[in-house]
Amino acid sequence: MSETRDRIVRRAVQEIENGMNVNLGIGMPTLVANEIPADYQVLLQSENGLLGIGPYPTEAEVDADLINAGKETVTAVAGASYFDSAESFAMIRGGHIDLAILGGMEVSETGDLANWMIPGKMIKGMGGAMDLVQGAKRVIVIMDHMSKHGESKVKKECTLPLTGQGVIHRLITDLAVFDFTPSGMVLVEKIADLSVEEIRARTEASFTVSDGLKVY
Amino acid sequence: MTKVKRSFEEALVDLKDGQTVIVGGFGLCGIPEKAIEAIRQKGTKDLTVVSNNCGVDDFGLGLLLANKQIKKMVASYVGENKIFEQQFLSGELEVELTPQGTLAERIRAGGAGIPAFYTATGVGTPIAEGKPTKEFDGKVYLEERAIVGDYAFVKAWKADTLGNLVYRKTARNFNPLAATAGKITIAEVEEIVEVGALNPDEIHTPGVYVQHVLVGENYEKRIERLLTAKEVG
Repeated sequence: MSETRDRIVRRAVQEIENGMNVNLGIGMPTLVANEIPADYQVLLQSENGLLGIGPYPTEAEVDADLINAGKETVTAVAGASYFDSAESFAMIRGGHIDLAILGGMEVSETGDLANWMIPGKMIKGMGGAMDLVQGAKRVIVIMDHMSKHGESKVKKECTLPLTGQGVIHRLITDLAVFDFTPSGMVLVEKIADLSVEEIRARTEASFTVSDGLKVY
Repeated sequence: MTKVKRSFEEALVDLKDGQTVIVGGFGLCGIPEKAIEAIRQKGTKDLTVVSNNCGVDDFGLGLLLANKQIKKMVASYVGENKIFEQQFLSGELEVELTPQGTLAERIRAGGAGIPAFYTATGVGTPIAEGKPTKEFDGKVYLEERAIVGDYAFVKAWKADTLGNLVYRKTARNFNPLAATAGKITIAEVEEIVEVGALNPDEIHTPGVYVQHVLVGENYEKRIERLLTAKEVG
């Protein structure tokens, strides 16, 4: 894992509290699972119909009938349950999932998320992302602060088609942590290496700085 | 009259060009692989297929794409398929992308006699275009329409001869919903047991929804992404 990825994942796992039911998105969010403290009782939800995802199987345990939402073979923990897709999304839409941690392509200063489609490229589909951002009690997006081309992914307005409007509670990047409040986007944490002004220079969105700004 | 059929030919006799079919499964997990092969052999064209995904190039619903039998696909995620991309870009294939939870609920509603419902999912996104909205308690919701299929194809683990079904692990996924929403529902299973052998408390799909039951042999159950503890480390 790269250093920035590692930093994002380590920061993201602090959002998970003992006893939570959590949905982790495909890609970087999936890595958060490995960092959950062993003594926590956390149930991970997979929207294809499993609450209580376990570790990857041994060769002997591999079962084609048991996969996660990324279509990878997994196991189920003790206390897990299986259910159909309507029940799975009733659980999500009905606000029974405490936390969703999802990847992002762009985030706006009003908490909009774009993470499913790039116009001009082949459309793959949104899967369960639009349901998750509307339904989970708390939505946290984790992503790199800047694109490969050096552009800020934290925008005034998203340029890509939205996954949800005003749905994000907190954004964690490799440089900073922002909260989305009725009075706008607030910088609540930053890395030690950069000043607030240096973060501002790398962020297209406008934001205020929390009085209790912390370093992570 | 028994629901247990010996051949798909017999069960598919009313399947016609241009019809809508709902197909269970998530990725390649819990897909009715024998029914898909039988539809391919029958060659029915211009189908509207409602399923969370569209298989891969050489397995699952990808087989019907390759055989140019699908006119329109209603799905939430179609990213694993090159033939899909070719047919979509050339305009041969129409696609209606639907958020996964909305797709599940549209099928559930279809089976439950509910013509439409409201959901916050998709508000402010491209999928809201052209859909009526309504405000409840200060929040905006989209109206989404139910889906009913001329046929529904599901894969279960076990059935009894009355069509009561039991699924296994995450192979359940869209199958119980699909089973309720077909005018004709065909269930293919790994084992058929006698009436009374299934515990009524443990039946996932009551047989009332199922018209035909077939037992399939030598299920491939292809794994899309095989990951083991050893590889991951």
